[in-house]
Amino acid sequence: HERTPTRGRQKGPIRMRERDGRGRTFFFRGWGGGGGPMAGDTEDPTAGTDNAPKDPNRHHANNRIKTTKYTLLSFLPKNLFEQFHRFANVYFVFIALLNFVPVVNAFQPELALAPVVFILSVTAIKDLWEDYRRHRSDTEINHMDCLVYSRAEKRYVEKYWKEVRVGDFIRLRCNEILPADVLLLSSSDPDRLCHIETATLDGETNLKQRQVVRSFFDLDCDFDPLKYDSVIECEKPNNDLNRFRGYILHRSGSRDALYKDNLLLRGCTVRNTEEAVGIVIYAGHETKAMLNNNGPRYKRSKLERQMNVHVFWCVVILLVMCLFAAVGHWVWMFQYGDERPVFDVLGPEGTDLSPVMSAVYLFLTMIIVFQVLIPISLFVSIEIVKICQVFFIHQDLDLYDEETDSHLQCRALNITEDLGQMQYIFSDKTGTLTENKMVFRRCTVAGVEYSHDANARRLAMYQEMDSEEEDCPSRGGTLPRRDSVTSHQSARVVLRSHSTKSHRRTGSRAEAKRASILSKHTAFSSPMEKDVTPDPQLLDKVNECSSQMDFMRFHSQHVSQLPSDLADVLDFFIALTVCNTVVVSSPNQPRHKVRVRFELKSPVKTIEDFIKRFTPSRLTSGSNSSSSSSLATSRSSNRGCSSLLSSPSAESTLTKLREERAAAAPPCWDERPRGPEDGELRYEAESPDEAALVYAARAYKCSLVGRLPDQVAVELPHLGKLSFELLHTLCFDSTRKRMSVVVRHPLTDEITVYTKGADSAIMDLIKPPDTGRRQKKIVSRTQNYLNLYAADGLRTLCIAKKVLSKEQYACWLRRHLEAETAIQGREELLFDSALRLETNLQLLGATGIEDRLQDGVPETIASLRRAGLQIWVLTGDKQETAVNIAYACKLLDPEEEILTLNADSQEACASLLDESLHYIRAKFLCMYPSSSSSSASSSHSSSPPHGAPFLVHRLGLVIDGRTLAYALDRSLEDKFLMVARSCRSVLCCRSTPLQKSTVVKLVRNKLKVMTLAIGDGANDVSMIQVADVGVGISGQEGMQAVMASDFALPRFRYLEKLLLVHGHWCYSRLANMILYFFYKNAMFVALIFWFQFYCGFSGSAMIDQWYLIFFNLMFSAFPQLITGTLDKDVSAETLQRLPQLYVNGQNSEEYKPYMFWMNMIDAFYQSLVCFFIPYFAYADSDVDLFTWRDARHHPRLTHHPGTWMNWFSIFFSLSLFFFVSLCYNASCPSCFSPPSPYWSMQRLLGEPLFYLLCVLTPVAALLPRYAAPLPVCTPWCLPDVPPSHLFSASLQIFLPGVSGDAVPQPRPRGKAVGQTSGRDPQEPAGPRRGGGASVPAPHKAVPRRPRPDPGGRQPLRGGPHGEGHAASRQRRRRAPPPRGAAASSRQRLRAPRRGSGGVRAERVRLAHLHAAGVRRPARAAPRRRPPPRHVPRGLGGGAVAGRRPVTPPQSLSCDTRTPICTIVFIKNKSDFYCIFIKETKGTFTFQIFLRLRIFFLSQRFVSFLRHSTKVL
Amino acid sequence: MMASSYNAKDEDGHITVTGPGGGAVLRSKKPENTAFKQQRLPAWQPILTAGTVLPAFFIIGLLFIPIGIGLFVTSNNIKEFEIDYTGADTSSPCFNCSQNFSWNSTSPCTCTVPFYLEQPYESNVYVYYGLSNFYQNHRRYVKSRDDSQLNGNLKSLREPSKECEPYAYHNNKPIAPCGAIANSMFNDTLELFYNDPNGTSVKILLGTTGIAWWTDKHVKFGNPGGVDSNLSAVFQGTTKPLNWRRPVYELDSDQSNNGFVNEDFIVWMRTAALPTFRKLYRIIGKSSQMVPTLPRGNYTLEVVYNYPVRSFEGRKRMILSTISWMGGKNPFLGIAYITVGSVCFFLGVVLLVIHHKCGNRNNGAEISN
Repeated sequence: HERTPTRGRQKGPIRMRERDGRGRTFFFRGWGGGGGPMAGDTEDPTAGTDNAPKDPNRHHANNRIKTTKYTLLSFLPKNLFEQFHRFANVYFVFIALLNFVPVVNAFQPELALAPVVFILSVTAIKDLWEDYRRHRSDTEINHMDCLVYSRAEKRYVEKYWKEVRVGDFIRLRCNEILPADVLLLSSSDPDRLCHIETATLDGETNLKQRQVVRSFFDLDCDFDPLKYDSVIECEKPNNDLNRFRGYILHRSGSRDALYKDNLLLRGCTVRNTEEAVGIVIYAGHETKAMLNNNGPRYKRSKLERQMNVHVFWCVVILLVMCLFAAVGHWVWMFQYGDERPVFDVLGPEGTDLSPVMSAVYLFLTMIIVFQVLIPISLFVSIEIVKICQVFFIHQDLDLYDEETDSHLQCRALNITEDLGQMQYIFSDKTGTLTENKMVFRRCTVAGVEYSHDANARRLAMYQEMDSEEEDCPSRGGTLPRRDSVTSHQSARVVLRSHSTKSHRRTGSRAEAKRASILSKHTAFSSPMEKDVTPDPQLLDKVNECSSQMDFMRFHSQHVSQLPSDLADVLDFFIALTVCNTVVVSSPNQPRHKVRVRFELKSPVKTIEDFIKRFTPSRLTSGSNSSSSSSLATSRSSNRGCSSLLSSPSAESTLTKLREERAAAAPPCWDERPRGPEDGELRYEAESPDEAALVYAARAYKCSLVGRLPDQVAVELPHLGKLSFELLHTLCFDSTRKRMSVVVRHPLTDEITVYTKGADSAIMDLIKPPDTGRRQKKIVSRTQNYLNLYAADGLRTLCIAKKVLSKEQYACWLRRHLEAETAIQGREELLFDSALRLETNLQLLGATGIEDRLQDGVPETIASLRRAGLQIWVLTGDKQETAVNIAYACKLLDPEEEILTLNADSQEACASLLDESLHYIRAKFLCMYPSSSSSSASSSHSSSPPHGAPFLVHRLGLVIDGRTLAYALDRSLEDKFLMVARSCRSVLCCRSTPLQKSTVVKLVRNKLKVMTLAIGDGANDVSMIQVADVGVGISGQEGMQAVMASDFALPRFRYLEKLLLVHGHWCYSRLANMILYFFYKNAMFVALIFWFQFYCGFSGSAMIDQWYLIFFNLMFSAFPQLITGTLDKDVSAETLQRLPQLYVNGQNSEEYKPYMFWMNMIDAFYQSLVCFFIPYFAYADSDVDLFTWRDARHHPRLTHHPGTWMNWFSIFFSLSLFFFVSLCYNASCPSCFSPPSPYWSMQRLLGEPLFYLLCVLTPVAALLPRYAAPLPVCTPWCLPDVPPSHLFSASLQIFLPGVSGDAVPQPRPRGKAVGQTSGRDPQEPAGPRRGGGASVPAPHKAVPRRPRPDPGGRQPLRGGPHGEGHAASRQRRRRAPPPRGAAASSRQRLRAPRRGSGGVRAERVRLAHLHAAGVRRPARAAPRRRPPPRHVPRGLGGGAVAGRRPVTPPQSLSCDTRTPICTIVFIKNKSDFYCIFIKETKGTFTFQIFLRLRIFFLSQRFVSFLRHSTKVL
Repeated sequence: MMASSYNAKDEDGHITVTGPGGGAVLRSKKPENTAFKQQRLPAWQPILTAGTVLPAFFIIGLLFIPIGIGLFVTSNNIKEFEIDYTGADTSSPCFNCSQNFSWNSTSPCTCTVPFYLEQPYESNVYVYYGLSNFYQNHRRYVKSRDDSQLNGNLKSLREPSKECEPYAYHNNKPIAPCGAIANSMFNDTLELFYNDPNGTSVKILLGTTGIAWWTDKHVKFGNPGGVDSNLSAVFQGTTKPLNWRRPVYELDSDQSNNGFVNEDFIVWMRTAALPTFRKLYRIIGKSSQMVPTLPRGNYTLEVVYNYPVRSFEGRKRMILSTISWMGGKNPFLGIAYITVGSVCFFLGVVLLVIHHKCGNRNNGAEISN
């Protein structure tokens, strides 16, 4: 048989083709016949025959990977080429080369090259080192072993990875890493499955199932590569991990489609499968993993962009100076006329230069002499500083998460300072704000709610658990060592659990840690998720029901006689258990599937077979028509959840069951673990919700004990283990938002569809309520509870079922099979097929799953917000859930109003936006009468008002995905932005990944702000990539977000320190460093420039060329590096306590254009001083050229001296200068020619005059820097403040009232007066109501009902609103809209909830909330109640913490109880600042005098302000 | 991505497993809690408040003003006499010389300038010549020299560096010393005579040594062929600079002050930083304790006028000066110190007043309001 391929036909080639939409098709022929890739041509016995085919796969890439950029030869040219992409480098090389031109040469040409060469070589060495590391890792990977079939030897031989070629057959063993993208042809698994772990690709730890290509399904014996005789045609290599298409063409002419489910990807690990064989499809760089491997991204930070502008200005200044000098030189030359003075040296050839030519040459010379103005070392210094900053961020203990033993990763090295300039944060919700730990919380079955109080208490326990729990024996410790690769992994887990034990802080920490250890093996299985406490009532029902079932089964009664509510209960749990894709594994072998099979028989393959076995009489001939097509077993497209149509008949199952029960130890449960760990099966779910539901069902003794493609084994109380024959699994997809399984119920023998999905999806599909009163009641009640759950912040899922008659099923099956076998448009057909099935469902119940907030999220959000950051949450969750989570994490304030935008059409959306704008304008009109009307009334919205600081109101905006789609339309986006930016918080629900990125893009581009996107899942990737800074949370949902991000955080709350502290530091350090670089160089150059006036503009410098050239590199860079790395303008403590300081960076306070110019002016002044003081001192003296360089280093002292490191560095740098000068001046009397500076330094140091100058010059130079602010800043006016307190004093100045209600309200204690203060509940609602009234009634946004207090008080703040008002609102209020037939143009608006006095439903609801004892408003609060430290609560909080706040002179109208001015003095150990915050008309500008280090506040000024406001 | 994932595995490989249950040293990723890594290094920065700024101003003021006064007094005690002998105006005795003279003239022109010293000069008196408007700091001028040649390198003597161009060769002979600086060396001869009240004119002995830096004379400059060589033999084959009257080996009769180590030459070669400069010419040593070095009275300066400055409107001066510890006469530094000190002091006073008034009135009163 080996000779078969010689018949002129190629054997097993692989073609790849690309469908690029233009019909081009590329064919690549490949050699699939086996044999070693190298030996393929030569040793192949067929090679000698006439028409011996050449290796048809030789065109494909081999498996050797090479990620290095350079080779030994190409390194130098290529690296230089890359470096010269940077403009600065070209510039410096140009300057250096200019030196070689004889007429212009200012310096020794070789010397002038030195700095450039130095810079280039440092970068080159860095690149070389990186490349070498890549090379080493490449080599290591290339030399890994794998088993490749050798045709010559007719067996699998070990080969290196790099020798694997496309078309090779590879045998894979358990726990091996895949060397290439392999098409699975055979598996030792009886179900022809192969499980892989894709953690290295996407970080997901759950197992994925991959399936053998269908044509090779029925191979009983081992796969024989020699018999393989097919052509594979597939698409060209691409980087889409979730797509693979192609077909395999057999010799018989039949073709089989290939899908993603058949492909094993390089880098994944084979798990759970003893052995598998596959054919290599893509190798090496064509593998999907490699194609996904894109290097780190380079972003350019805002600061750098600004800096580049100034570099450009420096160039301009340079040119101006050069021009000036050239003209000066011309004049100087001109005055001598024809007679050359003796000191005007002729050109080298003795030629006489004309003044004009001389001036031209001088221009070039001056460029060289002044080159220092463009700081050559600035770029290098910035890079070094950034690396150091990254290092320190890495090292921060506060950003280290012990649970996962991970710390922050900086994946982008060059945008650290952007962290300090963020203005908008876009956050994902699930997994970012929440833990993405789905915990079953409560459920409703058949219209009855089971509140699961005990479960709630249990969950509360986890939050309050305290530190007693010391030594939880690690489960990981009992893990057996596994061989090969995984042994390390398991060992690591074991060890980690030991090593981290000592670090535990709290019990819940430890708990979580243990959970994370466990979840290393099984995702979503922390005890919190697993140990659901059942509701006793429901448990009773389950027991009752199943015992009745049992009873009935024994008495051969028909099961349908069961009371319907009981049946529903049982069905509900069966659905929970069955309707998922959870894989069961045993705890001892976490990666091994539990195999539960009642009988092992050859599975049915064709529909005839199926029909024969499966009630042949009833299935009509319709199905026969489709019998010709082979039966598709791979069901719907994207999940490996196929089902085989093997069908043990119901009867046989039952009998078998009985037998088994009698036998007590059924032999077929061979792998089932026994003993105490009986119930400890592990569930490996693809989504956390599924796991949560299965664990919940298990709590009610309905446990899933095994899952095979064709069977699901379930253990029920009293009934024992039942095997549900799994006919189909219609996997979850985000369009349908539901999944279904079709099973044959073993007890009733009915074909049942269990569906589980989002309530909006399911409720539409419920059987029309007219079918039965009971159903109707269930539906309406369930809907009620669903609303309640959603209000509770729970994720809701509906469970429904449907019983199919055999005819219906057969009818559906026929079309479904057609769909499955269709080549074209299969996905669509399958989708339609699923839609056909999932109709007329019968609602069973609903579940509420809680997704807990992460630790510290509310606090983080609060402080980020105080830092002036706008936080938008973009979530895929539904509106109710999202809103509630937003309340819980303090994103929305109960006391602020919420605009809810739900529209169904473009027009509706437009009108909603208009109304919102109108409303905002009307409501806040009195605050800014002029600006609003001008900006907002521009309804044509062509020009969104940039520039002017937009006003942020106490408003929340909630918008759903559909409306968002309309709002993001070109015509509406400006309007949408206008609305959104005036809201304090924005919540986009139900948004798709694309929408997320569009929103970010829109905000970034239109508002010209710095954006940060944070997320954890694959759906956030696009958003993360679009934002200026992308942050990934390395949470539960894998690594895709992390891979795309610039920074990866273990937890959301670390964002606070990252931004507020590190961001601020990085920004201020770098900004100061850059400014200082400019300043220092400008000053240095200006010194030389002044000298030109005294040397006939001849371009000579009074400074030796060596100093000139190395000034930047050696003498002045070091202190800057230290400062840029270590400087702290404000301590971390202060920064965290006073997030307002962050605004400093947002407004680019540290680096403003005027600062550049101020620095320039300062530099010029200082250079004047530094030049002319020595000038006059030495004027008309015998001082020589080189003695005349003196204290240039002193001005360095001006900037932020910080730690001792800084002082040390300054000292070091100064002494370095002197030391080097001394050495240099002493080293060689005649080298360094032409003018050798021999011994001049020594001589200089011997003169007392030098020291006198050294003292005088800096004082004179720095005097204005300190003295200039003094007229304004009088530090002595600072009040005597207790230094112990952070907030020593604060002043608040209020806008005087305009309206009549002039009685000053005593402020409730603790309530912040300032920015964060809520609206006083006592406040008369006059203005607000007035504002609201102008809004068209039905579509208006109304204030939300305040959340109940954590203490359980439910203040029904009717207050001044009165019943009438509430009633009028109530009239507007609608019942919960029928979710089912969603009206085509519904325009839902959040109903008013405030003043719910007369509304019964509302009351019930509130009462219920109250009864449930929800901890909703601050879910994490009970545990993390802010300690009574002196937290500054906003700006006004300073008043609380410090002294008594100033009582407002008068109460305010127009909701402006905010002080217009707040002054905060801060005194800390190391910081002492005065912050002057002006808050006028809703905007606030901070003037933080950190930079000057002089803190001023003229009391007179303050009193003036206070006084004037009173007058006003 | 691939690479990184395998790197991760690589790290795992470092973990040593001692046994299934045994503990082993695991390298946790936890950062070290050190002051450096956590950025908790002790920091100090000046906090500018009334308490620190005011004393600083006063201290600076109080320090600088006395220093300034001291400097000023010292500078004033230095006696300095300056006489311009350029001969720019017709009344000047050197007018004729300056008019007729150029580099090419061969016959020396001599002029005599009388002057009167009002004060006796007590200690060593330094004689300077001063040039104005002479750009010795011109870029090309400064570089036009060969330090190696001046150091006595024989090879450089024969082949001057190209920096000396176009003053490196003359008639295919290397110029020694080469370069524009040497070429333009100051070559006036100044002689001082004291006119005794009794009518006799006494020539004042001018010391020609000790005017150059020691390091220059002994390290930086050197004659080719060593100290004791026959200079005219060594310089055989070279030619004198174009403007020179004599070759370099005939600058002085004293062998130790001849050739490249001639101190006048060395002084000239140390180029001045500013276009108006003075260079040390001679030292009049103090002869005895009793008699002033230069008693008050009439003097005559006899100039052999060789150096043309008219072309660039330069000036030539002769300066007699004593020096103090701070060098020559320079009132500027003292004035500058006094000024800066006064400004500081004044600011301090003003701020103190403000502080006093402001602080008394407002301290805390408004705050606790």
